[in-house]
Amino acid sequence: MSEIATDKYARVYHQLFRIRRVEEEIAQVYPTDKIKSPVHLSIGQESVAVGVCDTLLPEDVVFGSYRCHAFYLAKGGDLNKMIAELYGKVTGCARGKGGSMHLIDLAHGVMGASAVVGTTIANAVGYAYALKLQRKNAIVVSFFGDGATEEGVFHESMNFAALKELPILFVCENNLYAIHTHLSRRRKSANICERARSYGMPAEFIDGNDVLQIRERIGTVAGALRNGATGPYFFECMTYRFREHVGPNEDYHLGYRSREEAEPWLKNDSVKVLGRLLDPDLRRRIESQVEAEIRKAFLFAEESPFPEDHELFLDVLEA
Amino acid sequence: MERNFSYADAIKEATDQEMGRDPCVVVFGLDVDDPKGIQGTTSGLVEKYGAERVFGTPLSEDGMTGAAIGMALAGLRPVHIHIRMDFLLLAMNQLINVAAKARYMYGGQVQVPIVVRAMIGKSWGQGAQHSQSPYSFFMHVPGLKVVAPTTPYDAKGCLIHAIRDNDPVLYIEHRILHFQRGPVPEAAYGTSPGNARVVVEGTDATLVGISYMQVECMRAQRYLDAAGIRAEVIDPIWLSPLDIDTIEQSVRKTGRLCVVDNGWMSCGAGSEIIAQVVERLQGLRDLRVHRMGFAPTTCPPTPSLEDLFYPNGQKIASAVFDLVRGTKHHWMPDERADLQEIEFKGPF
Repeated sequence: MSEIATDKYARVYHQLFRIRRVEEEIAQVYPTDKIKSPVHLSIGQESVAVGVCDTLLPEDVVFGSYRCHAFYLAKGGDLNKMIAELYGKVTGCARGKGGSMHLIDLAHGVMGASAVVGTTIANAVGYAYALKLQRKNAIVVSFFGDGATEEGVFHESMNFAALKELPILFVCENNLYAIHTHLSRRRKSANICERARSYGMPAEFIDGNDVLQIRERIGTVAGALRNGATGPYFFECMTYRFREHVGPNEDYHLGYRSREEAEPWLKNDSVKVLGRLLDPDLRRRIESQVEAEIRKAFLFAEESPFPEDHELFLDVLEA
Repeated sequence: MERNFSYADAIKEATDQEMGRDPCVVVFGLDVDDPKGIQGTTSGLVEKYGAERVFGTPLSEDGMTGAAIGMALAGLRPVHIHIRMDFLLLAMNQLINVAAKARYMYGGQVQVPIVVRAMIGKSWGQGAQHSQSPYSFFMHVPGLKVVAPTTPYDAKGCLIHAIRDNDPVLYIEHRILHFQRGPVPEAAYGTSPGNARVVVEGTDATLVGISYMQVECMRAQRYLDAAGIRAEVIDPIWLSPLDIDTIEQSVRKTGRLCVVDNGWMSCGAGSEIIAQVVERLQGLRDLRVHRMGFAPTTCPPTPSLEDLFYPNGQKIASAVFDLVRGTKHHWMPDERADLQEIEFKGPF
């Protein structure tokens, strides 16, 4: 697969396609109730996670929200363990005790995710404080949605990160909706970047869900931070969720948003756009490899055991 | 030679020794580096360990608690200080949804070794939002530890244990106790859970006092002693995990249990202690139990009402008198000048 690893387009397409297909497969399996976990699919939003994580190094870490499948996989999180976690199996990335909303893979710098909006922003900031104190060269990325920018913890975290000039990138995935409520119904001023700037950090708006542009801009800033530039840095990336807030289906019938609104995003879907840039043979090889990997991962989850009864009390406190 | 230290100095020494031993220990909170240094408990630390490891924070209890958790995930051992436990209520999401859960919900792969120092106080006119001690909120949640040391000896030992503990610990300290003096060994030592202390032995009733109420229980013990009732006084020290065995053993002997909470009684630490003891001894022993604590109302600042709000040594003695005699006697000891202020001498 070296041709995929070394070619920027192939690598990015591989990531985008892989995440898309994993989540489509989750949606496919969901009605069987084998996955008893609330799934918040990233379908449509993969560009942000892929564009950001493609620029990160293994020692860099990411924190995020419950819509965590995309950044977990993009940062290198183990696919078998992820699917097993969704199935509640002991082979899962959290032994079946985290579920879809709390994916973690320490070996690949995925530090966890919270089901409470905005919560991990502060955890990411604290981690960045430790990295600075420990004189480490790694950086932290904090992923969150537009809804999180309305939480108090967002503002407290922005302020402290700027005050201490921490090596952290804040990445707001703005998909316009907090569950079913549009941004315009939640705030007088929708300018998220302006809020970040008011705390004393540079902020950049990236429109269009363009994975290559995201990759380039984040890569530039991540490189600067590693070379001693002071953080933090803020990015607002416009994106769009194709499926319902939680669950496997589309939800245009609910009426809080229209298919017309979604059309431009669907037409400009990064998976399609990047796919068209690739040599058809290479693209087929990537896709068949991904399909095989996904089949194996679901089989691994199916065949893995559930945790034993004693695990109910395991890891409440240190043994 | 035995050193006579204040509780506040014991906290400072514990912090200093741990910071000196382990470069991962960091200390922060509102005003930790200001001229008053949190009642002197953090004085001199910034000069010794630098502003990266000892710092005052923005007024962001929620965010800074989240940051403490993130630091802990990265290998640091943060001590986050709140000069009023009331302020800690702003940080409930991080403490309960993240600190308490992380080890479990990530399958044992991470740990959150944070210490949250929370000061509680008798009102002295500070009123509704400067007087609360909601430690029982945290006892409710699996994954958190709660300790409320009473003596300078335990203030040092419990803080050292808390800093070295790999789980989140809420360290509850009463402002009045800061002035208590007692023997404190110089060398570092830890006071771990499972070591509730029988402070005074007795045969007629078991008296458990939490945090500052331990001092009032000691006064009650003296009043009762003069009335011919021998109360056994127990300091639970750690509230979660709770050393219920020591309390159960005592009640097995006395058959009467009074728990004096430094908080409201409903769903409180006293309720929990009594429920556990009754579950263990019902049917095995004739039992009488009684809870005391803050009056079920908001703490008023005016002295006349504030006096009614709190239990004190006389009120506790009166209640235990009835518990032992079995009926309402309306006995209340006259206030004794020598019991207005006991020099609290642990760890015996």
